[in-house]
Amino acid sequence: MSERPSEESTGVDSASANSSEADGCEGCEAAKGGGRRGFLFAAGTTLLTVGGGLAAVPIVGVAIGPAEAGDPNRWISLGKATDFKIGETVLVKFTNPWDSPTDGDTNENVCYVRCIDHATFQVFAVTCAHLGCPVEWFAQSRLFMCPCHGGVYYEDGARASGPPPRGLYEYVWRVEDGSFEILGGRLPGLQEST
Amino acid sequence: MKSSGVIGRTLGWVDDRTGLVAVTEHAMFHKVPRSAKWWYVFGSATLMFFIVQLVTGVLLTTLFVPSAAEAYQSLVYIDEKIPMGWMLRALHGWSSNAMCIMMLIHMTQIFLHGTYKYPRELTWVAGVALCVTTLGLAFTGQIMRWDANAYWGLGIGAAIVDRVPLIGNWLRSVVLGGPDISGATLSRFFALHVFILPGTAIGLIGLHLILVLKGGISEMPKVGQPVEPETYREEYEGRVKKTGVPFFPDAARRDMVFCGAALIGLIGLAAWYGPFGPGPLPSPTIIEVAPRPDGLFLWLFAVLALLPPDTETFLILVGPPVGIAFLAALPFISPRGERAPSRRPISVIILCIIVTALAVLTWLGETSPWSPVMKAWTSIPTPVEYVRGRSPLELQGAIQLQYAQCRNCHSIGGEGGERGPALDDVATRLNWDQLVRQIQQGGGNMPAYGKNLSSAETEALVAFLSTLDGGHLPARIPGAMERQPGRDQSPTADPRAEGESDADADTVAAR
Ligand code: FES
Repeated sequence: MSERPSEESTGVDSASANSSEADGCEGCEAAKGGGRRGFLFAAGTTLLTVGGGLAAVPIVGVAIGPAEAGDPNRWISLGKATDFKIGETVLVKFTNPWDSPTDGDTNENVCYVRCIDHATFQVFAVTCAHLGCPVEWFAQSRLFMCPCHGGVYYEDGARASGPPPRGLYEYVWRVEDGSFEILGGRLPGLQEST
Repeated sequence: MKSSGVIGRTLGWVDDRTGLVAVTEHAMFHKVPRSAKWWYVFGSATLMFFIVQLVTGVLLTTLFVPSAAEAYQSLVYIDEKIPMGWMLRALHGWSSNAMCIMMLIHMTQIFLHGTYKYPRELTWVAGVALCVTTLGLAFTGQIMRWDANAYWGLGIGAAIVDRVPLIGNWLRSVVLGGPDISGATLSRFFALHVFILPGTAIGLIGLHLILVLKGGISEMPKVGQPVEPETYREEYEGRVKKTGVPFFPDAARRDMVFCGAALIGLIGLAAWYGPFGPGPLPSPTIIEVAPRPDGLFLWLFAVLALLPPDTETFLILVGPPVGIAFLAALPFISPRGERAPSRRPISVIILCIIVTALAVLTWLGETSPWSPVMKAWTSIPTPVEYVRGRSPLELQGAIQLQYAQCRNCHSIGGEGGERGPALDDVATRLNWDQLVRQIQQGGGNMPAYGKNLSSAETEALVAFLSTLDGGHLPARIPGAMERQPGRDQSPTADPRAEGESDADADTVAAR
């Protein structure tokens, strides 16, 4: 780099014609070399990287934020435990423990509560363990049927037939001071432990 | 810019400053092969429908509210209150289908004619990327129609994403924008449908067109004129120079006729059939729905129902990327050689298999024989001839058949579910004991009713089923069609024996 490229070499047309750059691009030369141009190039690269990194914090943060928000599950009361009729399975509405102003109806949710006795329950998600369609309870045949691909479950949630790989998802429940509560908030899925 | 008039001088000035006039001139008047005729109109038609999508889509964003609390009402408002709003939605919906169909025909033609070969490999790759983007637009568009199908369709998408090993659950939250489907989900899909995917499509279309201009429009394939990368360009250019015609107006005439007709057809369809949906409300609490995807994705719906459960996750997750990668790799697998379909039997066979498979799967998806008919047990009558002359026990069984939801999966008299076999002639296939066992223990995709029916209910049901002989079909296994063991046959007049002698009826019953 004894002979610095002339200023005109920055022009697009003359750049390739400049003999001093025949062995490399101008940027590479500048990056390798010292002096003012090398410094500017290094400073530019650094500033852009730092700026990009800083900008990425809110961008990536908002994009993946929902996955990093921690456990959304909360205890949700479904009423008095003794209000459930023994031997019946019923569809019960509840409200998601988290919400935003734009949720509308999606803030509501439902689950099936099977009351075996007033101290023993099973709470099933309505979403089929196959691909999440809503299963329907038929009290007469004591079966849950899925309208999508024909999955069927017994009244205890066990898989009866069709494509589902497992039984219905179950919510964890408890009876606190006579109030029947489930741990809900997250859409159940195959990778949940319940 | 030889013309010296005002227009000529203006164009000259613009070209001097931008270079765009020369580029446009080249694009319009470059020479294309004389053989590029009606087969070549589908790409243009795809582009035209995309433009319709852009224009109608931009207008729809001025009316549609991408909030889960208001989206549905805003769609109804567009349909019912905005003058011509319904037509705008109809155009957007029908044009989406038309664009996908034109794109698929275009791709089929390119595949059939081997056009993806040298030197047009990257034109094809950009086309494959456009195909994926377009299907993404179609899927996210269904979500914008914020109804029950959209809501539960998202649930299915979420369940699929959830199956990704290790990061599935994390990824699901990113896609849904939260731990469950919510307002944030609609917002995310709105951003995809309105910004990200259309932006990608516009970029890819630009690239695709630049590549088409660079590589030149292909000739119709000719037997004995294989693609040899060493000489192809020179020969192609030579031929086009000698016999080619300018794209505009010579070749463009057909595009214009086809696109014009297609556009009028689109307007006709939209005006006649109106907009798609919205269907039932998108509420998680309304579960009496049977979610179905739009026609374009019915084959996928069928695939999800028919895949064997143990390989399902693997196939759902690995199948699509491998399929797309294979499509994109096609020109590199087969960059040279004959283009004529008659010389590429394997390609033609593969194409036939794919088209047939998609058609059959779409038809299956439409009829979805694997889905129970959820309302069959209450809404479909029992055929009169199946209850005429039956004993009280058998009649009780006929009621039991309805009441235990058997008809959700089994049809009689041609009505009911198709998941299990039709029961019209079940008595010829199973004897009394086998019927009892099948009902109590299930098996072969049937749940076991053992715990759910009392023995009296089972007995009545079997008594009824053993009268269903398909209208005098002979027994197909020993012991079939014997009524309840030890039961006195005499009180029951055989319902089908009217006009026949008692002896005949007895023979039938005893057979
Ligand atoms: S989603 Fe229920 S069977 Fe597929």
